[in-house]
Amino acid sequence: MLALSYALPSIIVFVASAALILTGAVGVITLKNPVHAALSLIMTLFGVAVAFIAQQADFLAAVQIIVYAGAIVVLFLFVIMFLGVDRREGVEVQPLVGQKTLALFGVVVTISGVVFMMARSHWVTGIPSLSGSKLANGAHNVNQLGTSVFTTYLFAFEATAALLIIAVVGAVLLARRERSTGEAQ
Amino acid sequence: MNWFASVDPLYAHGTTGIVILIAIIKIVVGFASIMGAVTLMIWFERKAISKMQSRIGPQRWGPFGLLQTLADGIKLFFKEDLIPAEADRFVFKLAPYLSLVPALITFSIVPVGGTLHIAGHTVQLQIANPPMGILVMLAMSGISVYGVMLAGWASGSKYPLISSVRASAQMISYEAALGMTIVTIILATGSLSTHDIVTAQAHGIWHWNLIRLGIVPFVVFLIAITAELNRPPFDVVEAETELVGGFNTEYSSLRFALFYLAEFMNTITMSAILVTLFFGGPAGYVPPIHHFAWIFPILWFLGKTVAFAFSYIWFRAALPRFRYDQLMDLGWKRLIPLSLGWMLIVAGFLVNRWWGLSMIVTVIAGWFVLTRAYSLGADRTSGADSVLPEVGQRPTPSRLYRQRTTKGEK
Repeated sequence: MLALSYALPSIIVFVASAALILTGAVGVITLKNPVHAALSLIMTLFGVAVAFIAQQADFLAAVQIIVYAGAIVVLFLFVIMFLGVDRREGVEVQPLVGQKTLALFGVVVTISGVVFMMARSHWVTGIPSLSGSKLANGAHNVNQLGTSVFTTYLFAFEATAALLIIAVVGAVLLARRERSTGEAQ
Repeated sequence: MNWFASVDPLYAHGTTGIVILIAIIKIVVGFASIMGAVTLMIWFERKAISKMQSRIGPQRWGPFGLLQTLADGIKLFFKEDLIPAEADRFVFKLAPYLSLVPALITFSIVPVGGTLHIAGHTVQLQIANPPMGILVMLAMSGISVYGVMLAGWASGSKYPLISSVRASAQMISYEAALGMTIVTIILATGSLSTHDIVTAQAHGIWHWNLIRLGIVPFVVFLIAITAELNRPPFDVVEAETELVGGFNTEYSSLRFALFYLAEFMNTITMSAILVTLFFGGPAGYVPPIHHFAWIFPILWFLGKTVAFAFSYIWFRAALPRFRYDQLMDLGWKRLIPLSLGWMLIVAGFLVNRWWGLSMIVTVIAGWFVLTRAYSLGADRTSGADSVLPEVGQRPTPSRLYRQRTTKGEK
């Protein structure tokens, strides 16, 4: 049934990207060393990028790599290296009482929710030619994204931008608080 | 599939055996030529630097010492492969590949020539022409940070760690300016693909992005890409006098050779990217010779790329190294505002003249505000040092002079 509706190359690509994503995701939570965990996070991000390309969302894939793998995880690693938290075991200590049970509960709720939604709703996923053509109308990725971001979703886009600016300015203010003048000299 | 045909005309008639063969030949030829170019580049750099410093340089192996790189490679191949006791073995082995592979992938999007007709198929002389085009280069320069960063960390040694922290901060800082200039080019071209960027510049020297966008994006891009490459004058990552050797101090044998290879490959690739983005790639005069006209665009491309490769060598011989705080100042306080402002102006003029003029006014106003903010920040006498102690703050001579003169007036 699967082989009828999908071509062999797209099955191979899907299996490869799914394997990358899952291996990376399991690695992030099981590996003891924070640097190794960050590296498996990069693996997951690459898997997601491959999945994006398979769905012809090339721009999203490129931005995924540039922003997440190229900047955010680099910052994670930067902090890990700078603070020297690597190789020191603090993993065994549980800061919250019963957090493992709660986490297990959360995982069960999330997975059952996702399975339920997949069974009930009709999403625009599946064969690339179908899902691509439904939205694209022959336009390129960037054109579609730009048009929808700057017309339909303009308010949400600008609100997000303002939120990010406020967060950055706030972080800088908190980190570089003024000392009183007498103390400094 | 129509989607493949829109990416590359090679796939217009379906994916047959001969098409796959052509693709494989392109990959193999591309790989072989970049490897050959790297060995030549290493020889060229050593020879040119030694001429500039009144030395002789490599001369023993082959004519003009051309085989010196090969001899060095063989020597490194037979050396003992050391891994420090404190090292993180897996990451230590992984890091060299993380810096080599991005360099190779970036080269695959560079158009080295026009089109060629083989066996009824139209072949673009570039290994791949993905729809995300130049973004591949940005993504790969983001990934190549990991090679340097993880190499320094995994060595389990102090100085390589300092070097890798420097490297990652530097490369992230200059990526912003790099991205902003690329946005300017994408705006003017209207496409992400490198093939389209080159064809938009094909109609003569006045269509080159160098002139069409004003000189500023090119200057910003050149500086940012030199910093991204960790080449002199931005090579604080490999400042031998401060850091023993740099992030690759603990590496030996083949793994060291891989880093060495990646560094020079990146230099060639980035020269090629510069030529593609600003100098029309393979564009140039093609004499009307039958059957061999396709060779001239390749020659033009090679000539322009060699010119830039030489200019990198010239930088190395002529310019002293930046201090680390100067480097950060240049990146964050000069290049990012400059590239952002220029992008706004270009975008304004693409809409119409009045938007362009109003953008110029906005940028000038922003420039005044920023200059005022910088001078206020530079002259402050208290505060803003609650996180880090004052060890790293070294005032520039001009600032010291200004502080002394203003105190003298009081």
